Amino acid sequence: MSATTLDEGSLKDIMNAPDTVPLTPAPVARAAATLETAAPPERSAHVLALTESLGRGFSAALPPTLGLILFILAWQLVSSSGGESGLPGPAKTWTSAQALFADPFYDNGPNDKGIGWNILHSLYRVGAGFGLAALVGIPLGFMIGRFTFLSGMVAPIISLLRPVSPLAWLPIGLYVFKETEPASLWVIFISSIWPIILNTAAGVSRVPQDYLNVARVLNLSEWKIFTRILFPSVLPHLMTGIRLSIGVAWLVIVAAEMLTGGTGLGFWVWDEWNNLNVEHILIAIFIVGIVGLMLEQMLVMIANQFNYE
Amino acid sequence: MHDYLHIDRAKMVFDTKKGKFTALTDINLTVKQGEFIALIGHSGCGKSTLLNLVAGLNDPSEGVLLLNNREIKGPGPDRGMVFQNHSLLPWLTCYGNIHLAVERVFGGKESARQLRDRTMNALELVHLTHAADKRPSEISGGMKQRVGIARALAMEPKVLLMDEPFGALDALTRASLQDELMRIVEETKATTLMVTHDVDEAVLLSDRIVMMTNGPAATIGEILDVDLPRPRDRLALAEDAHYHHLRGQVLAFLYQKHHKKAA
Repeated sequence: MSATTLDEGSLKDIMNAPDTVPLTPAPVARAAATLETAAPPERSAHVLALTESLGRGFSAALPPTLGLILFILAWQLVSSSGGESGLPGPAKTWTSAQALFADPFYDNGPNDKGIGWNILHSLYRVGAGFGLAALVGIPLGFMIGRFTFLSGMVAPIISLLRPVSPLAWLPIGLYVFKETEPASLWVIFISSIWPIILNTAAGVSRVPQDYLNVARVLNLSEWKIFTRILFPSVLPHLMTGIRLSIGVAWLVIVAAEMLTGGTGLGFWVWDEWNNLNVEHILIAIFIVGIVGLMLEQMLVMIANQFNYE
Repeated sequence: MHDYLHIDRAKMVFDTKKGKFTALTDINLTVKQGEFIALIGHSGCGKSTLLNLVAGLNDPSEGVLLLNNREIKGPGPDRGMVFQNHSLLPWLTCYGNIHLAVERVFGGKESARQLRDRTMNALELVHLTHAADKRPSEISGGMKQRVGIARALAMEPKVLLMDEPFGALDALTRASLQDELMRIVEETKATTLMVTHDVDEAVLLSDRIVMMTNGPAATIGEILDVDLPRPRDRLALAEDAHYHHLRGQVLAFLYQKHHKKAA
């Protein structure tokens, strides 16, 4: 006996019953159970479980779906009100995207590569720049958090440099490295290092005194204190820092690549602007958004692994 | 039973933003090996400060503390501490939490197998073998505190220090943990210093009750000998006249001689 054997009609009946309110599946289930005395209890339980989960899934998926539909409608409205020279509409952009993603990894020389390559190039730059930032920022954050003197020393420097717009660092990078590739890595590095340093340092200085007392009472060695108490306790903060850092890096890369050119999503956006291919620009915006969202979700998933509470 | 822990004219002054604050003054106490001492007093009377002095988490401003004829300098694994809020590391399992302590104390001398046996024995002592692989977040408050006790005892400390270990637990859990603690202390013959503000707990568990005056500059007001025979049974004691007499003496100290108005 399983839920798959029930016919569609009975399911519909239950869902369309006058007292079926999707938001409150539990009382509905109970009410329906008392009514449906003729059906064998096992079967009705399955039916109810299914409707209940369907109802819950439906009420959870409704607001985002509605939001997206409204968004696309608004887009269509804006594009059609512009007439001939207006923004490309959703349908046109979709067709263009299909053509674009039909062959994402072609390579026709340095300035004409498939969209896949451009995404990978941007991701590589974010990864490399962020990796360097983590390499420097995490140990620095630990030291700043552990030693108040050092914290006092670097606090004014960080406060001064942190609000600087990432792109302001680009000329310095170009001047020092004489090449665009290390210059864009440098921009990612310098703009994504602050959240790592600050969150790590905050995590270290917020290690609960209880845990440090445990360390003192047990008389643990510095190494054990680091591996068993400091590091695990800081890890959630560190993950927050990493998440913010990668978010910033992903924001910055598109802008940096517009200026440095060559490859990457940012370059592609600018190149398509020069070609006046507005559909591709819109597609690029979606890609940037979706990739950013995926990075964020991935990091949230990793961070949840280290949530001990 | 010989003198084991010796506190001589200890004074504790803290530097605060408002100037010097004398928490404790003129503390003299001698504890025999295997004795169970309860420290009782109103909140803010410096009971925990005194315990921290013995633990070595704070150094006395004046006076000296001796454990087995050696001066207490800083914290050490010869004094097992049970914290009020259990202070288990949430990223380690119950086993891992105890093993960390065991490894620190016996790591250089014993094999990995012996360390594991010690850890398991400590869990066995508090009847938590089944929770060895659980994280602290997966067990109840009473179980966490039992792990805390197991961790402290697994180090085979000279003195067991407990800072209101059952203060955060409900009354029923507290009673069963008190019974369990009595059994464990009976088995291990541990010398114990326990901070509490539960009069019944103090009378039930201890050999002597150290009653402290109100702070600031708190000191030991009276020491009451609890000459109830062991093993003690809470149900039998509930009807025992002498138990009630002792309990009354502690209450008299707290609420007549050193009554503190609610802040």
